[in-house]
Amino acid sequence: MTTPPPYRIAIASGKGGTGKTFVAVHLAKMISTSASCTLVDLDVEEPNDSIFFPEMELESRLVYKQIPEWNEERCTLCGLCSKTCKFHAVMQLGDSVIVFNELCHSCYACSELCPNDALPMKNQTLGTIGIAKSNQLTLVESRLKVGEEQAVPLIKKTHRNLQTEVNKTDYILYDSPPGTSCPVVAATKPADLVLLVTEPTSFGLNDLKLAVETLRKTQKPMAIIINRYGIGYEDVEQYCEIEKLPVIAKIPYSRKIAEAYALGHIVTESDPELLSQLKNVVDFIKLHRNENA
Amino acid sequence: MKIVFTSQGPDMDSQMDSRFGRAAYLVSFSSDDNTVVAISNSEVASEAHGAGSATSKKLFELKPDVLITGNGPGETASKVIKLMNIKTFANAHDMTLYEAYEAFKQGKLKELAL
Repeated sequence: MTTPPPYRIAIASGKGGTGKTFVAVHLAKMISTSASCTLVDLDVEEPNDSIFFPEMELESRLVYKQIPEWNEERCTLCGLCSKTCKFHAVMQLGDSVIVFNELCHSCYACSELCPNDALPMKNQTLGTIGIAKSNQLTLVESRLKVGEEQAVPLIKKTHRNLQTEVNKTDYILYDSPPGTSCPVVAATKPADLVLLVTEPTSFGLNDLKLAVETLRKTQKPMAIIINRYGIGYEDVEQYCEIEKLPVIAKIPYSRKIAEAYALGHIVTESDPELLSQLKNVVDFIKLHRNENA
Repeated sequence: MKIVFTSQGPDMDSQMDSRFGRAAYLVSFSSDDNTVVAISNSEVASEAHGAGSATSKKLFELKPDVLITGNGPGETASKVIKLMNIKTFANAHDMTLYEAYEAFKQGKLKELAL
């Protein structure tokens, strides 16, 4: 019998600070008690899942992107690179060619098209990928180098690296970056299911709508988790009903949960209501997996 | 002396554009013979990134001695401008190009150390 491929769940939001990481780390903890689970922190600009697993020590390695480097001796100043670069990252100014590393998208066009091989691609540090394992839980942290502007190349590399490393895991959870731009699209791309964490405020609703519109374009099945439930704004639920989006959990607004979480603690054991809401999420994930197997 | 202004319009009566990378026009004025040349920068509006880089390429081709702008160029453009040894004056907000030129002559604009 062959092992089924891992089931991939992305946790995303739209609005920042709704509780993506909160949901991701708690789900990972809960799922890994009965199945193997890999939690991948793709919020590469500020990864913090590892804070909740202090006993797991990440083994990190450097990840690179490829940037062209001008070779003055080989260059005939034909100007083709400058004309080719869609991102204005390679510019010929008089008798020199300048590469703006931060604008480069590593598309190789200038390097491949150069008739004199005067723009060979060179490695430039993009960030790190760290991995730690403990029993059934694997933690992967993708961390962008400070000052690096583009998150997408690192997110893509993390996905690619994981293809070989976590094939045997039952579940993969992607803790996505906030927002609805390219990094979110890249982070959620391999997901079989996207859980959108929102909060019952007008800001939460506004950004939830944006996230739903984005993910509909990429045709991802979605389910909604309302965090800080009970602060009185009901439009989020009405929106979900109209749009036929299943609300699979309502995590209560609780100072006790917030305090424990702020200290870097996993809260479930001490909070039966939270535990039951998270069980709803796990049940939904399992059901969705079986229905789509 | 050749001076380039970041401008909202194509002539010396136009208002200054305080932006560098996304300036609507680059207007080049030669104080030797009072000629004015305007270059439209409108295609940069559709670029998500690299506006500073694209505009500084145009600036390079104009080869001015002085750049007069509003907010001051960003990081990418600053590298190019530094390489070209163009003296850059900022803070020319809310004035026409002529007024900015007068302010420059009277030493009222601040030179940027790039």
